[in-house]
Amino acid sequence: MMVAALAIVLQRNLFSVVVLSGLYSFLMATVLVALDAVDVAMTEASVGAGVSTVLLLGALYLCGGEETKPLRRPPLPFLAAMVIGGLIVYGTLGLPAFSDPSAPIHTHVVPEYLEGAMEETGVPNVVTAVLASYRGYDTLGETTVVFTAGAGVIALLRRRRKNGDKR
Amino acid sequence: MKRDLVLRVVGKLLIPFMLLFALYVQFHGDFGPGGGFQAGVIGAAAVIFYALIYGLPAARSLVPERIVESMVAAGVLIYASVGVAGILLGGNYLDYFVLSPDPAHGQERGIFWVEVGVAVTVSGVMLKIFYMFAGRGRDLDA
Repeated sequence: MMVAALAIVLQRNLFSVVVLSGLYSFLMATVLVALDAVDVAMTEASVGAGVSTVLLLGALYLCGGEETKPLRRPPLPFLAAMVIGGLIVYGTLGLPAFSDPSAPIHTHVVPEYLEGAMEETGVPNVVTAVLASYRGYDTLGETTVVFTAGAGVIALLRRRRKNGDKR
Repeated sequence: MKRDLVLRVVGKLLIPFMLLFALYVQFHGDFGPGGGFQAGVIGAAAVIFYALIYGLPAARSLVPERIVESMVAAGVLIYASVGVAGILLGGNYLDYFVLSPDPAHGQERGIFWVEVGVAVTVSGVMLKIFYMFAGRGRDLDA
């Protein structure tokens, strides 16, 4: 995965960047399977590696496949990126250890969900039960976000086409 | 790619199974991994695959743009109307317990329709975005 990420950063040919990021998504999906997050892995494989690769290739077809060389390399953005990256890594040090049973996330509502999901909802897959039932409002919001994104794309691309016709 | 015999044959073989797999992920989401979001994306990917092999006009005649656009909105409406159904049957918004005399069955019913709504919106949006991008490319060529 590190190799894929480094290659994405260093590569100038955008076509290979798109293919490599698809590869990265597949590797990420295998990592998620190893972490027992099968639902997320499935999403990552189908959206990250599948559909978004196709959409990016479509975008490349429209705007050409070579990244232009920057005229100069300003130091400030590089510095800001390093500082923020360092802060994020520093922040992870404060997190509870991986799979620590006494971490706050495992002691609050999660045991309730894990124990109650089967009797209360009759749905064996707890992920589905939490997603659609316990957190139904959140999922409604997510669906609305997807709808809004689609509506936005429709609005943007349609207007462009009409302008083209006028010219 | 339209003339490529191998792709056409492989596509013909694979696409039915992709659509079937999308349905499996949709309706088996209660028991195994999966659910509306994944199923919607897989279903849309099958149609996108078809469009890549057989060309955009073929895909547009298979899944017309009018249907795709109405799918985008219909999914959210299905989801929201499950909530309204909960109110009409005397519960709270998105309360599934009242959807059936047996509370657990009510939950299952509510989750089922909610997942249907998610799948419809997601696959509609994915397909619409793909149609938009691909359609622009064709316009520039012409």
